Amino acid sequence: MNWQVVTPIIIFLVLIFIIGFWASKKMNSSNSFLQEYFLGGRELGGFILAMTMMATYGSASSFIGGPGVAYTQGLGWVLLAMSQVVTGYFVLMVLGKKFAIVARRYQAVTLIDFLKERYKSKWVVLLSAFSIIIFLFSAMAAQWVGGARLIESLTGISYISALFIFAISVMVYVVIGGFRAVALTDAVQGAIMFIGTLILLIAVIIAGGGIPKIISDLAAENPNLITPYGFDGKLTPLYVSSFWILVGVGVVGLPQVTVRAMSYKNSNAMHRAIIIGTIVVGTIMLGMHLIGVFARPILPGIEVGDTVMPLIALKVLPPWLAGIVLAAPMAAIMSTVDSLLLLVSSAVVKDVYINYIRPNASEGTIKKMSFGVTTVLGILVFLMAISPPDLLIWLNLFSFGGLEAAFIWPVVLGLYWQRGNKFGAITSMLAGTGSYIFIHLYFPNPFGMHTVTLPIVLSFIVFIAVSLLTGKKVENQISLLS
Amino acid sequence: MDSNKQRKDPRFKIAVKEAWIGIGLVLFNFAWWFGFAYGPLGSRSVENYQFILGLPAWFFYSCVAGFIVMAILVILAVKLFFKDVSFDDEEEGEAEIK
Repeated sequence: MNWQVVTPIIIFLVLIFIIGFWASKKMNSSNSFLQEYFLGGRELGGFILAMTMMATYGSASSFIGGPGVAYTQGLGWVLLAMSQVVTGYFVLMVLGKKFAIVARRYQAVTLIDFLKERYKSKWVVLLSAFSIIIFLFSAMAAQWVGGARLIESLTGISYISALFIFAISVMVYVVIGGFRAVALTDAVQGAIMFIGTLILLIAVIIAGGGIPKIISDLAAENPNLITPYGFDGKLTPLYVSSFWILVGVGVVGLPQVTVRAMSYKNSNAMHRAIIIGTIVVGTIMLGMHLIGVFARPILPGIEVGDTVMPLIALKVLPPWLAGIVLAAPMAAIMSTVDSLLLLVSSAVVKDVYINYIRPNASEGTIKKMSFGVTTVLGILVFLMAISPPDLLIWLNLFSFGGLEAAFIWPVVLGLYWQRGNKFGAITSMLAGTGSYIFIHLYFPNPFGMHTVTLPIVLSFIVFIAVSLLTGKKVENQISLLS
Repeated sequence: MDSNKQRKDPRFKIAVKEAWIGIGLVLFNFAWWFGFAYGPLGSRSVENYQFILGLPAWFFYSCVAGFIVMAILVILAVKLFFKDVSFDDEEEGEAEIK
């Protein structure tokens, strides 16, 4: 075990632990427990809002998977990754003030609360809760596996012990601190991701002998690496552009991101978050993926893409600095996992238990349930991650695009289009997620576009058509929206 | 639908305008990104590439300059067009009574 590398990571884990603990003490007793625990009392300021949105969205794939693919594909993959800059401003601008105001009016604590009040339909709620629980549970388990593998590779301890360390460090602060702890730790984790990216990018450029040298080395190895078309010329403009839907504008439909758009204090916080978020997301996406490409001439011949980022950090940085930089992917994974854990817990406690099983549960019961469910979910994920079942890996493949296709139109059109109704929402969710799974299995990447494109279009058409066709059946229940 | 009869919340007019600004920015962002990457700069053969700060010109304009331009536009849009509104209904009601 290389203590110089491991020590900064241990310090990082302890720091996160302390912040989470401290946040749990700050719980505001004047608010209802649910508002506090699952939404931080709607008190986020601009900086923390920007960081928690970015850190929740930026996961293992931005820090481990993405740079690995960029290593293979060259600058064309950095181009693709830059479609994610839009997530910095688009989500908050589009959901924006209307979502913040309406969510307050409805006293919504979760995304599903909003849908419940908007559509007044039990089936919308159950369908949403079901898809959040299933998809995000598997997404979470996949991230835990990634986190544990990272600890395992850096420290050399066994996978189970690594998983245990990872699970304990995340669970303790999520269970006791709720959303406030998640958001605060996300802010620290986001800052580490930002700083780690900058340090590593500079070190890689220096180690490679400057940008002109690196680019000419790449061109000498394979000229395609510096074109927009990928190492074998197969990244078509249409395929790359379709990622603007999957990892760009479609992110507006991801529940873990959307819920943050109702957690901020005031419009000033939102304005600041848009600016900070755009700059931070852009820097991290550009930096991390460039690191992957620039690593190629320095460390040629890496077979497993996921190891590019740890290996290059250890190669170009002194061990203690590599430890600090490698806390960044750790932070990226933790900041995604903590949000997912809390979101799945809120779907169980708030959206299913309180809505349909015990509507008049006392504050004390709700408290016990919230702590209990979060803990049980954490333990379940831990057990699943020890040896992930095939079903879970299979479900994780759909979690991102499947949730986007389910939620994007019920949320966005629900907000801005008065005539959208529950029939439109239910059929659109079924059509979106169903067609996503179907196309993924039988016709992946139809017409050279990413699989997510058609389901998003289909769920849009279905939402509009069904809402118009059934318009007369549904009394207008949405005066609150005008 | 008698939404016309109901008093429209003026804050929602602001919100809708800002949402359209967001959509406009995305369209501009996409056009800039796509145009520089797949336009004449990126689609020519590698021997004829121009380089800026060591990076291929298509990449520099599309990803590096594009990001900086977007950051500036986002700052300008927020500072110039985004309005402060209260999120609480009660406060607004009181203000109107006065």
